[in-house]
Amino acid sequence: MSGAVLQIENLGKAFREYRMEWQRMLSWFGARPNAASESWVLRGIDFQVDAGESVGIVGQNGAGKSTLLKLVTGTLRPTEGTVRVAGRIAAILELGMGFNPDLTGRDNARYTAGLMGMSPNQIDAIIPAVEEFAEVGEYFDQPLRTYSSGMQMRVAFSVVTAIRPEILIIDEALSVGDAYFSHKSMARIRRFREEGTTLLFVSHDPGAIQSLCDRAILLDRGRMLMDGEPSQVMDYYNALIAERENATVEIHALESGAAQTVSGTREAVVESIGLFNTAGEPVEFVNVGEPVELRVRAVAHGDIPRLVFGYMIKDRLGQPVFGTNTHYTRQVLAHVRSGQAVEYRIAFPMNFGPGSYSISTALCSTETHLVDNYEWRDLALVFTVANQNRDSFVGSAWVPPRIEINCAP
Amino acid sequence: MKIMLLAIWHYRHFILTSIRNDLRTRFARSKLGATWMIVQPLAQGAIYAVVLARVLGSKLPGINNQYAYVIYLLAGLVGWTLFSEVITRCLTIFVDNTSLLKKMVFPRICLPLIVAGSCLLNNLFLLAATLAIFALVGHFPAWMWLWLPILTVITLMFGLALGLILGVLNVFVRDVAQVMNVVLQLWFWLTPIVYFINILPGQFALVLRLNPMYAICSSYQQVLLWGHLPHLRTLGAIVAVSLVLLAAGMFLFRRASPDMVDVL
Repeated sequence: MSGAVLQIENLGKAFREYRMEWQRMLSWFGARPNAASESWVLRGIDFQVDAGESVGIVGQNGAGKSTLLKLVTGTLRPTEGTVRVAGRIAAILELGMGFNPDLTGRDNARYTAGLMGMSPNQIDAIIPAVEEFAEVGEYFDQPLRTYSSGMQMRVAFSVVTAIRPEILIIDEALSVGDAYFSHKSMARIRRFREEGTTLLFVSHDPGAIQSLCDRAILLDRGRMLMDGEPSQVMDYYNALIAERENATVEIHALESGAAQTVSGTREAVVESIGLFNTAGEPVEFVNVGEPVELRVRAVAHGDIPRLVFGYMIKDRLGQPVFGTNTHYTRQVLAHVRSGQAVEYRIAFPMNFGPGSYSISTALCSTETHLVDNYEWRDLALVFTVANQNRDSFVGSAWVPPRIEINCAP
Repeated sequence: MKIMLLAIWHYRHFILTSIRNDLRTRFARSKLGATWMIVQPLAQGAIYAVVLARVLGSKLPGINNQYAYVIYLLAGLVGWTLFSEVITRCLTIFVDNTSLLKKMVFPRICLPLIVAGSCLLNNLFLLAATLAIFALVGHFPAWMWLWLPILTVITLMFGLALGLILGVLNVFVRDVAQVMNVVLQLWFWLTPIVYFINILPGQFALVLRLNPMYAICSSYQQVLLWGHLPHLRTLGAIVAVSLVLLAAGMFLFRRASPDMVDVL
């Protein structure tokens, strides 16, 4: 199986308002009355997704993510351009699925399966599996109005994914519900992906995007801003949210070939950053559990009433492993003068699993970088943790255990 | 058109299941459940009968049964109830199913068909109850009653055609449903169901001739009360009108379909 399963060409969607509704009605019959207002929520979208690819769609609220998914699913019709889909689509758009509160979970599951076009035989065949996967117990035969939203989500997800689709579309839905089920559904999504399902995934959770997708598309105000590596797109997206008036976003290509994103007003900048061992020597390779010191030198280019320094250590996939800031540690600096240099020395044991890690830094006025973002620097430093003398283990954290074994006589 | 029919065929089980669900949810939370669907029109009939039987009872020519007025009333109500139920439910059909239309892809034409099926089922129950009452008051089946299935189909078709058009329009202009609720009440009184046509002054005859529900309800009355043949030419005209309206409704529905989810 190869080739494009989803082809989107010059896709646009406009919502039109007319002064009088009869003008809209005229438009159905070929007339072209002038719409009183026309708002394009999506325009000029062009991309193609190959079989088995998984694509994350990110963007702020109102960027057009959900509209895009609805156009691909087919509940909305495009105003211009085309969506070509090869294969069966299963979509979980928001919560609820149009369930009937008075029917039982079982009847609703059958109903939804029927809506998806399954025949009674197919429905009979999948219902036991749906019941088993949803794990709502005896609630499955109770009216849906007695369900929590998490339980509704369980049933909805179980039905929609009962048969592996060629294209699976998920809109935020997985963020609802308990951790257990979200792990379980992730596992199913991953299995589908391995079996060749194409995934289209909208989420605000960078972790989910980075661990699940091999490509990400950034939408902003209905336009496609970026299409590329998830970690790169997420970094750019984070910078974009942080962007305020007068702030700029830059992407530098590092020597390693990775892209570094820097944003902010530059009223304070990180001048140098380094990782040092106990002997005070700079290190790039660190042993598991070795004590190290992160040294960061920041300089103010303007008078700053309140300066917070934060850093985030991310793993190879861009998932946060550890991060904190001087607001959390109650070490905020007040009244930093222009030109003043500040050195931060952060000592910690490298209790991480082997692998490559990066550090992002932030200089801002509060604990989030969304208020006054002086500088946000992704991939400010890259280092590698290696297991030189510890017993073998797996995972991204080093949590040395003491294992006691008692054998019965 | 062919695609639409194929889609309906493919979704036939879904439509049937939905009709069953519809019935079942009515049972779900009220003690008498779907019986209300029958009790309501029957109670309405009982009220009119009690209030008006004395006044009108003697004016029915050629019928000896002292319950003649009750039979007349119920016969007309069976037809009217089917029509008004189809219209009322079609009016809000797309608005009521907003979340479904927004989240799932399925042939939307299924929705009016589900309404039609579920109204048909209700009407069969009502008809059965009505015929049972007829038997109780000593009015027994006649051969002409075999016209009932045909009358039912014609009424359903006419209601569905009008309902589809109004339902689509109501998505865009929500006042349609409000206006129609008033119109339906007026329409009910413009149709000789409670009263007899001969009490109307002559100048109303034209209004009645243009009222398709007059033809339908009077056919029910002809068949059920008098055991006469319905007026075939008028019925034929209504079938023709319904077909034209149905075609117009389908056309409108297909044209409006892309816009529908946008404004819901």
